[in-house]
Amino acid sequence: MVPITHYLVLSGILFAIGTAGVFLRRNVITLLLSVEVMLNAVNLTFVAFGRQFGTVDGQIITFFVMTVAAAEAAVGLAIIIALFRHRESLSPEAFTNLKW
Amino acid sequence: MAFDLLIFYVFAAVAVAGALLVVGQRNPIYSVVAIVGSFCGLSGLYVLLEAPFVAVVQIIIYTGAILVLFLFTVMLLNATREDGAEWDRSHPYYRPGPTRIGGLLAVVLLGQLVWAMTRIAGAGVGEQQPAASSVRLLGRVLFTDYMFAFEVTSILIIAAMVGAVVLAGRKGH
Repeated sequence: MVPITHYLVLSGILFAIGTAGVFLRRNVITLLLSVEVMLNAVNLTFVAFGRQFGTVDGQIITFFVMTVAAAEAAVGLAIIIALFRHRESLSPEAFTNLKW
Repeated sequence: MAFDLLIFYVFAAVAVAGALLVVGQRNPIYSVVAIVGSFCGLSGLYVLLEAPFVAVVQIIIYTGAILVLFLFTVMLLNATREDGAEWDRSHPYYRPGPTRIGGLLAVVLLGQLVWAMTRIAGAGVGEQQPAASSVRLLGRVLFTDYMFAFEVTSILIIAAMVGAVVLAGRKGH
């Protein structure tokens, strides 16, 4: 059997990659994708611990996380489209003013 | 025994390689395709964890719905390259030094997470408890114990849908 530590370390690696993406990339779409990577890292932890303790609660919380991710993606991409109409740019630098 | 571990390493390698490709290159379309690969690797791990329903939902909802939405947005905005405009480069946060500090912070975070997680005593997953993976049990728990959260979720989805239509569907300025 695979030790639970393996799953947790993999989840940590994925979460750190997502964090690095948020810091390093200069494209708001890639930023949102990095957030999705982080959410999935947490999902893996939930499912691994749910299997460890023999309950379905981890899987159910994973469904809720997926729902929130879907809502976040829909609203986030709508905001990106609205911003792109104003500035013709996808760089986070273009959107530092709250009003223009 | 060892076969389990081998499958784990294969899927973990797929997931990590996909995530690295998402972050590591500049074309958003390639990022979306790479994240599809990463999530398929995670789906394999869910099967390995005896959570087949989560694995299928991962494929259908994430790679089937959410990432297609991302792909549509990337193609709609024709954003195949990262902006190379000079205001991008001239901002103090995006000079090479501070960018490396961001990468360094991610490495520090990784170190802390791995340090904290390897301190848990490493028993094999599923050696103590039998798997609770039947869809019947999942549905029963979801619609009894988690009923309130489930209903709140529907409100969240309606709010997100209305918000997305209002934000993206506006004509003109």
